[in-house]
Amino acid sequence: MHNVEPLVALRGITKSFPGILANDRVDFDVYPGEIHALLGENGAGKSTLVKVLYGIHQADTGTIQFGDRAVQIRSPHDARRLGIGMVFQQFTLIPALSVVENVALFLPHLPAVLDHGVIARRIEEVSGRYGLAVDPWAPAWRLSVGEQQKVEILKLLLARSRVLILDEPTRVLVPHEIDGLFRVLAGLREHGYAVVFITHKLPEVLTCADRITVMRGGTVAGTLVRAEATERGLVGLMFGTAWPEEGSSRREPIRESARPLLELREVDTSGDGVSLRQITLTIAPGEIVGVAGVSGNGQRELGDVILGLTQTARGKKIIHGQDATRWSVDRIRRSGVAFVPEDPLRMLIVPPLSVLENMALADTRKYARHVGLTVDWIAVRRDLEQSTRRLALEMLPPAVPAGTLSGGNVQRLSLVRELSIDPRLIVALYPTRGLDVRGATAARHLLLAMRNRGAGELLISEDLGELFSMSDRLIVLYRGRIVGEARPKDTTVYEIGRLMTGGVAGG
Amino acid sequence: MASAHARIPRHSSARAMLRATGLFGLAFVIFAAVLLAAGKDPIRAYRDILSSTLVDRYGFSEVLVKMIPLMLTALAVAIPSRIWLINIGGEGQLYMGALFATWAATYFAALPAWELLPLVAALGFLGGGLWAAISGVMRAYGWVSETISTLLLNYVAILIVSFFVFGPWKDPESANYPQTAEFVAAARLPTFFGTRVHLGLLIALVAFIVYHVVLTRTRWGLEIRAMGGNMEAARRSGIAIGRYVLVLMFIGGGLAGLAGVGEVSAIQGRLRPSLSPGYGYTGFLISWIAGGNPYGIVASALLMAVITAGGDVLQMAHRLPGSVVNILMALMLFVVLARRRVP
Repeated sequence: MHNVEPLVALRGITKSFPGILANDRVDFDVYPGEIHALLGENGAGKSTLVKVLYGIHQADTGTIQFGDRAVQIRSPHDARRLGIGMVFQQFTLIPALSVVENVALFLPHLPAVLDHGVIARRIEEVSGRYGLAVDPWAPAWRLSVGEQQKVEILKLLLARSRVLILDEPTRVLVPHEIDGLFRVLAGLREHGYAVVFITHKLPEVLTCADRITVMRGGTVAGTLVRAEATERGLVGLMFGTAWPEEGSSRREPIRESARPLLELREVDTSGDGVSLRQITLTIAPGEIVGVAGVSGNGQRELGDVILGLTQTARGKKIIHGQDATRWSVDRIRRSGVAFVPEDPLRMLIVPPLSVLENMALADTRKYARHVGLTVDWIAVRRDLEQSTRRLALEMLPPAVPAGTLSGGNVQRLSLVRELSIDPRLIVALYPTRGLDVRGATAARHLLLAMRNRGAGELLISEDLGELFSMSDRLIVLYRGRIVGEARPKDTTVYEIGRLMTGGVAGG
Repeated sequence: MASAHARIPRHSSARAMLRATGLFGLAFVIFAAVLLAAGKDPIRAYRDILSSTLVDRYGFSEVLVKMIPLMLTALAVAIPSRIWLINIGGEGQLYMGALFATWAATYFAALPAWELLPLVAALGFLGGGLWAAISGVMRAYGWVSETISTLLLNYVAILIVSFFVFGPWKDPESANYPQTAEFVAAARLPTFFGTRVHLGLLIALVAFIVYHVVLTRTRWGLEIRAMGGNMEAARRSGIAIGRYVLVLMFIGGGLAGLAGVGEVSAIQGRLRPSLSPGYGYTGFLISWIAGGNPYGIVASALLMAVITAGGDVLQMAHRLPGSVVNILMALMLFVVLARRRVP
């Protein structure tokens, strides 16, 4: 396939940020009609490289060849003019506008008077060809995450992009949506598009990529074609000699007699989003209860109800044997409840504050000295270091604003902060999302270790493998109700998957 | 590795200063064009303003006198703005502070100065604070936006003051002037160096230091910065946001109330309906120009005080309407708004 010329060729790209050499003499080619996976740990330099390609960063040295001419890409605007488009991890749709309007906003040479009908027809035509079906007239806020991603891709296609960069596109998708995305990408390849696909998940790479470039520590560790790639070989390239540990599933028997840490009795909620209906749930010390479900079926609401952010409309919440139905968030957290949110950058981390200051927010009362006139920063730092060590992570720079951390490091900070209080009950939503293999393994280890020491955990995840290997008990959420409950050894992924999508148990 | 593409670039403070100076220079140039169009010599007008404010000893003392309420009302806006509360009620809070202070000065007139003055100041703070806290409560419970309620309560406060000075508190000896009786000497704030510069200046400067220290050093400052940086994360971390809404509105209103205390107790010596030429609104403008930054507030308050005093100069020496300086203030606001990115 390589007797064609590359569409884009990056040569000797070097890019440094204060204190970090993010890219070190990187060569990277993109050919028409290929899906090129860019694989590597968090911080390996993948995002920096594509941001150089998309004009968000300018390389310190190195050249970019587009077709047969050297080009300067100084801004995303330049990149788009060359036909290079990018889908970010955080989508950029405007919620109040319809799909048509969102797409129109992105088109070059937008006429003064918009003919929505014409754009809608073009959307339908293109989306039909590549399996990107969405309702062009739907407002963006009504779209699921998977549909929003389709619109982001449609925007690029209608703006005549030939090179599509997707930054961790599968991170936000559920399994069947991932399959759908891969079919879309395959269709685009048939039509000569070049797709650059960032990920750190090996199975996905082996499923859909034609060529794989592995980055490690800012350099290219190797570029393989699909036929020569194996899971073992790729892991070797990603981590060098250091192999990530396998997930442990050592278990201790649950202390059935112990008083539950958390009880929900027939809890209903009302309000925005999904309403919970008759949720009855117990978490005992030393038990991990896994919550399976397609995202958007009440997972966040369940977490918010436990945290005290959402009030119950009906039913009772009992924490540590006390009626906590009306407790404030502060009181619930102080009773030893930790909360690892689904989107830490939005829900847990304060971007302009430093890592250390974010750490102190875990429990400002604990770190306050002289009634609150000062803060004991030494204690904060000690706890940060101690918690980081327990998670077997590298220490985050304490003085750096948390908003400048990479996505994986934000997730790490979230875990380090929440688990530092030595919680008795942990509510964890997608705790390994955004982490690379090593980070995810460390996080799972820690959650299991906490459980073995007697903490109770509610583990909400989209990764059925993770749920099956870690949970003592599984419940399935569907449209705000618990539609199934089983021990992992008594059920199958297939059975749980059917319940997740609204099927009936046992049939 | 998350998308860092939407981050606003941080400028070094030296560059930011340079930029601000350039923008304000632009405002002065545009205003010069206005003066030209009115048939006046802008260079002479600017020179007259400068020579009668910053250079002249008495003129400078009057600039300081104007700066006191401006700094306090600007702080009244800046403090709640740390958690994204928009307090447009500085004017009303100033009036309520003056009202409460007048009450204390009148009904405890027999007390010695060292008891009466703190009482007058405390009640002034309380008056402005409670007035702002009304909006705080309505916001904390999610009933009414504080932006709307503080603005509307300005009119209510001014009418309440009018009611008292036209009615029950009217000085029977003052012919038909709507004003209260003059404060006893013990209720007058001390002034310095034979000018009208009064103790309020020290109070305002102390308020700035406390504001800065609380924000950067204390547990509450940390929580306030957390709310300012990510409200959702703060809520999920268990910070009692409603309580902060209430307390910060109260403190902000209280400082505006102190501005009112200074006006009645040091400058006017009695309560009149024409207590303030819009200090509350100018304070809002100052806080916006400075982006809540303490040093910026002092600098902008100085600038606005000079411009306000300049209005008198233009009126007397150049026979222009005094309100012509409002054009200059509006230009300042425009260049400041132009400085910000549209979110």
